[in-house]
Amino acid sequence: MIDLLIPTVAQGLLWALMAIGVYLTFRVLDVADLSVEGTFPLGAAVAATALSAGWGITAAFVLATIAGALGGVVTGLLTTKLKIPALLAGILTMIGLYSVNLHVMGKANVSLLRVDTVFTFFTDSLGMTDDMAALVVGLIAVVSVGLILYWFFGTELGTSLRATGFNPQMARAQGINTDTMVVLGLLISNALVALTGAFVAQSNGFADVGMGVGTIVIGLASVIIGEVLFGSRSFKNCLISVILGSIVYRLVIAVVLQMGMPPNDLKLFTAVLVAIALSLPLIRSKIAERKARA
Amino acid sequence: MLVATNVHKTFFPGSVNEKKALQGVDLTLNDGDFATVIGSNGAGKSTFLNAVAGVFPIDAGKIEIDGVDITKMPEHVRARYIGRVFQDPMKGTAAGMMIEENLAMAARRGKRPGLKWSSNSDQTEKFQKLLAELELGLENRMTAHVGLLSGGQRQAVTLLMATLVRPQLLLLDEHTAALDPKTAEKVLRLTEKIVTGEKLTTLMITHNMRDALRYGNRLLMMHEGRIVVDVSGEEKKSLSVPDLLKLFEKNAGTVSDATLLSS
Repeated sequence: MIDLLIPTVAQGLLWALMAIGVYLTFRVLDVADLSVEGTFPLGAAVAATALSAGWGITAAFVLATIAGALGGVVTGLLTTKLKIPALLAGILTMIGLYSVNLHVMGKANVSLLRVDTVFTFFTDSLGMTDDMAALVVGLIAVVSVGLILYWFFGTELGTSLRATGFNPQMARAQGINTDTMVVLGLLISNALVALTGAFVAQSNGFADVGMGVGTIVIGLASVIIGEVLFGSRSFKNCLISVILGSIVYRLVIAVVLQMGMPPNDLKLFTAVLVAIALSLPLIRSKIAERKARA
Repeated sequence: MLVATNVHKTFFPGSVNEKKALQGVDLTLNDGDFATVIGSNGAGKSTFLNAVAGVFPIDAGKIEIDGVDITKMPEHVRARYIGRVFQDPMKGTAAGMMIEENLAMAARRGKRPGLKWSSNSDQTEKFQKLLAELELGLENRMTAHVGLLSGGQRQAVTLLMATLVRPQLLLLDEHTAALDPKTAEKVLRLTEKIVTGEKLTTLMITHNMRDALRYGNRLLMMHEGRIVVDVSGEEKKSLSVPDLLKLFEKNAGTVSDATLLSS
């Protein structure tokens, strides 16, 4: 079991980027953004196609991130300019991106079998094992993104974004263009999600048009598990909690699969897990009530 | 200086719920005027304030602040000229953010937020001094989340935020209505101190007739979307609450329970 620890933690770190993206919309902006189900495979599709075409690792990541950002902007414009409710706007983007992803790849999936990826860079050039390479890449990615975001959300712009999520009326009264903030938030969030897609495609060795299904629930699972287990006292605390939550989620999945759960039941298990985690505060207060009455 | 000319606003026009909230409001507030606004429920007081603040576009008329026509400006652009305190203590601040962060945002009101770090030590020192003047002990709790403060403390912070950058117009929408009498008194005294100290042009809605008479140099009464009474200076000073009640009955026909019970 122990030899599963490193790859599982590595997966947790990689997927943490997506969880941070979901945290930014779900908690910070207070918007339920389903476009991630489309921008995640978009990032994967763009990266895989770019790598297969020999454009190099940097180009693959940059293009994937920009693509995700654009997806977020579309959702943002749909909801701020056309006044479509955010939930629906995200769904529209998600559905539209399915066709876009097919166009990008030219087919339903792209294989990265004999293609250089960021992971093969570490294994081939630096001689690491697959597991170590995954861990190192995961650590570098999470730490750099974490630091950049921590800096950004302490700037004037980042503070305005957070205020928009907490209280849009007050933000406008302080001169903040809340429409722009919503679009910016969706841009950053989906850029992160697409970046994750780029990483995961290289990690799995392929990009598939259907790999986005369930992204939002995995993201929510990481965010909620993180909050419940590690707290949400400050922005820094929340960032760390989300990353740890993503790792814990992957560990739980790995354990459950080892214990013999059929992989087909993975999504059902995740949904049940999130439901339990979300109802924990209620369960806790009911137990406290019973104790008080007894 | 505020000049509102023939402001009209109807909600849900043509439907069963149609409400002609503002039916031709004309008002000129001179620099330094501190005007209290009274009127029965539905008279259009809050609607007028929201129209000036830009929460919604008006159907007809013009609104100018210091000569600048703001009629077509969106709410966040008008914020450059206007400071606001809302009736709901929850509405004026971001509860999940620190006092210091809220004040930092207010200090940037009207300016485009950039990528500079939001807090800096000079600014924080200045905030501490200003918070100390509120005499609520908040200067020692600058990193506390605003959500932990009481309603009165939040309104005081909102008031400070609204005036941190000198507003050309201060809009106070029954900002003590949700507070207990003692705290309301404190916030009103603070309001007067800031408004008269900085000579701010202010519009204050209140249901409390005593407060409407006690504060400010001008009194406006609204009824059915229009200003029906406008007294200032000596004439206002000579009015008493029973006089106001008579004026109410003369112009509105009725006096609301809230107004009667709060005077």
